[in-house]
Amino acid sequence: MSADLVVAGAGIVGAACAYYAAREGLSVTVVDRGPIAGGTTGAGEGNILVSDKEPGPELDLALLSNREWRELAGLPLDGETFAAAVELEHKGGLVVASRQASLDGLGRLAAEQRSAGVQAVAVPARRLHDHEPHLAHDLAGGYLYPQDMQVQPMLAAAHLLRMARASGATVLPHEPVTGFLRDGERVTGVRTPRREIPAGAVLNATGTWAGELAALAGVPVPVAPRRGFVLVTEPLPPMIRRKVYFADYIADVASDSAALQTSAVVEGTKAGTVLIGASRERVGFDRAFSLPALRLLAAGALRLFPVLDGVAVLRAYRGFRPYCPDHLPVIGPDPRAPGLHHACGHEGAGIGLSLGTARLVTQALTGGTPDIDTRPFRPDRFGTEAAA
Amino acid sequence: MTTPPQFEIYFDGEPIPCRDGWTIGAALTAAGIRSWRTTRHRQRPRGLFCGIGVCFDCLVTVDGQPSLRACLTPARPGDEVRTQEGTGR
Amino acid sequence: MKSPVYDVAVVGAGPAGLAAALAAAESGVTVAIADAGVRPGGQYWRSPAPGAGAFRPHTLHHAWHRFTSADARLDELAAAGRVTRLAEHHVWSVERTEALWSAHCAVGAEPRRGDARRDVVIRARRLVLATGAYDRQLPFPGWDLPGVMTAGGAQALLKGQLVVAGATAVVAGTGPFLLPVAVGLARYGARVAAVAEANSPLAFARFPRAVLGASRKVGEAAEYAAALLRHRIPIRHRHVVIGAFGRDRLEGVRVARMGGDGRVLTGTERVIPCDVLAVGWGFTPQLELHLQLGCATRVDVDSSLVVRVDDDQRTSVEGVWAAGESTGVGGADLAFIEGELAGHAAAASLAAAPRRPAGALRKRRAALRAFAAAMHQVYPVPETLIDGCDDETIVCRCEEVTAGAIRHAVAELGATEPRTVKLLARPGMGWCQGRVCGFATACMTARAGRRPVGEADLRAFAERPIAAPIPLGLLATPPEP
Repeated sequence: MSADLVVAGAGIVGAACAYYAAREGLSVTVVDRGPIAGGTTGAGEGNILVSDKEPGPELDLALLSNREWRELAGLPLDGETFAAAVELEHKGGLVVASRQASLDGLGRLAAEQRSAGVQAVAVPARRLHDHEPHLAHDLAGGYLYPQDMQVQPMLAAAHLLRMARASGATVLPHEPVTGFLRDGERVTGVRTPRREIPAGAVLNATGTWAGELAALAGVPVPVAPRRGFVLVTEPLPPMIRRKVYFADYIADVASDSAALQTSAVVEGTKAGTVLIGASRERVGFDRAFSLPALRLLAAGALRLFPVLDGVAVLRAYRGFRPYCPDHLPVIGPDPRAPGLHHACGHEGAGIGLSLGTARLVTQALTGGTPDIDTRPFRPDRFGTEAAA
Repeated sequence: MTTPPQFEIYFDGEPIPCRDGWTIGAALTAAGIRSWRTTRHRQRPRGLFCGIGVCFDCLVTVDGQPSLRACLTPARPGDEVRTQEGTGR
Repeated sequence: MKSPVYDVAVVGAGPAGLAAALAAAESGVTVAIADAGVRPGGQYWRSPAPGAGAFRPHTLHHAWHRFTSADARLDELAAAGRVTRLAEHHVWSVERTEALWSAHCAVGAEPRRGDARRDVVIRARRLVLATGAYDRQLPFPGWDLPGVMTAGGAQALLKGQLVVAGATAVVAGTGPFLLPVAVGLARYGARVAAVAEANSPLAFARFPRAVLGASRKVGEAAEYAAALLRHRIPIRHRHVVIGAFGRDRLEGVRVARMGGDGRVLTGTERVIPCDVLAVGWGFTPQLELHLQLGCATRVDVDSSLVVRVDDDQRTSVEGVWAAGESTGVGGADLAFIEGELAGHAAAASLAAAPRRPAGALRKRRAALRAFAAAMHQVYPVPETLIDGCDDETIVCRCEEVTAGAIRHAVAELGATEPRTVKLLARPGMGWCQGRVCGFATACMTARAGRRPVGEADLRAFAERPIAAPIPLGLLATPPEP
């Protein structure tokens, strides 16, 4: 067994890269230490957002990804479309502010985002209920982001892997990379407990474990876990149309604090349940549930949608965002270990950013011109202190 | 049964005899009623299954409040029990 | 007012919990015992509603005096301020806060009625979990028809309400528990058309020592055999229900003989008209709270996920004991002894009381555990039956996920583990959170991968960070300090 590309990691990013590369005619083998989509992919809300990003490289990648999702949406699949199979909804995001000062800040951000190509529509307080009839009545106003989308991330990853297989890729779950094949500096394949797989290139798409895998190749990549919880309600009739969140979410996403932060993010799903996020804290891989965090999420959701008060919470889940110190993903060839590429460190935005990332990775592998400037995502940008 | 029923509740408007301490599920079953909910996707009838609060199959709307477990909810005189469709909301 | 701190909190007031509370309280420590039920006793000693009618305990219960004496003694201890009895307390979360355990409870018979605004917190130095079990199920075509019930459900309706679930019953599945269900239904006026038992008690011949060690069980079995005869209830060994039919409610079941390979023998099928089917395939222990605390688990002889305990019923988490079915399904006698040992040990760990010698209890526990292990081998759950479900058969009743959808997630979407199947096809994502379909989904996924069901497969459907649905408003409101 040998391949043009071995993708380590069968989460959404690995799945997207495998599909894009296989579509370009590369022979691809995907390996994963566990089941498909067993890490962060299945533990989020399925965000495909432009609204929560300040102008800069991440927003550029988000816009590129947004276009890719729209393109893939209409692809025929199983007698329906890709969009239907993966529950892709062009639902739009509604960012709201509780006070005028915060609305003013939102307005400044929206203006900057517009100049970067984002659609953002001001919604005055009296029109908020045209968009969300059940929203609280004491809000100062908000902005509508029609480009924001939502997807069922597990289905998206599974279908991307299936499409990759249909294009000739091989997927090997429960097969961890235990070492690299080397030719001097050069990475020439991977070793697993079952076999050696020689490869033209190896892609590190292992999410929160990306630092460990990179270390196996002798190169530091500073990806760390940032824990988050999500609450899930009983199934309800459609009552929340868009992804709705408070403006302070944007500040929390960009924050460097290790302490618990929560900001209300509420959205419905095709299945009828309502998802309630979002919390962030840096506590390593501690899987314990924190009741104070869950209580804050519940309280935040009720500030947005008082109507949910008597609705039952059926479950909660947790996940770990793969997080880099500068909040940017790591994408592209690693000059310190030729043959090794990275696609990791997307923090909480990996679902949305996966397709744009796959495009950049494939362009790098096939010698194409990248759609956007990839220098901000360079794997060696962190310097020597990154090893810590 | 040796003693007469003690009060009534209403199921879709019809009176149902009831005994002290009975659950709504017990009262409906004793009255020969086997289902009081239809499912969200296939509109299939459902009633008591596990009978002990575990399976949530017997969800019913009581006095306008949806999705209560009939097997756990004590019947109170005059309770208005309604067949629940889908999410009940 | 600041809520009290108890020495020992016991969750569950069935045989194990009652015994634990009693043992701890008699050792001189303060005890709170909480249970979701309206009346104490758990599933086994479920007593009828006050207005339900004349109740003759011997018609539905064994060892009823043990319950009434434990219950009466707990009332005395409660009157003396040494025990606090909390009915209608649904524990939805347990957490460690500094040196104490906090059990968060939603209160009420159905706590979401009226939308309880704030949870009640029980704080204690030691925790004993005696959370019991519920009927284990295997899906089959038509099992979602009204009139198909769990064996325990039919039994609970009878014990708790004195209501018979139907006029003509079939009792099916496996295990000695089917017999009291059939006899109870017959005693209260149902015609029991058949008991379809997938296995045969003749297999007990392979375990003579285990049987000798639990002679009371043999006596009980003989009583039930006599009662079946008296009520003219035919018992068909090595028979299973392979389908239920009816328009909007159960009208009958299809029963067939099972071969030695665990598969249905063609040509043996026959139809039995009935309006209630009481079916159960052993029991699934309730482990939400243990798993919230991180207690180590194992897979028991009956393929159930259970909590690991040491000789003192101590779990792997310091300060937490477990007793009863959650440590291995073994029946009420075993649960009562385990509860007693756990209650003593929890109290003794507070140095409040000298350890009582418990040698006789341990010996009795060993004998009953040996009998339980033999019982599980005599009455194995035939997972092979799941293969007989056509693609249209519902597996997850809440989300109406079919066997075909689960097979699609495995064969087409690449799922290799039950958790992945759950996230792709949604079995276990509805109101019951996989309590009913978890075992079947784990089996289907493992069987598709040609491997036995393992601990991780079962854990995927056992972990519930919120152990019971609660209103969002309640979660949003911090409890009283």
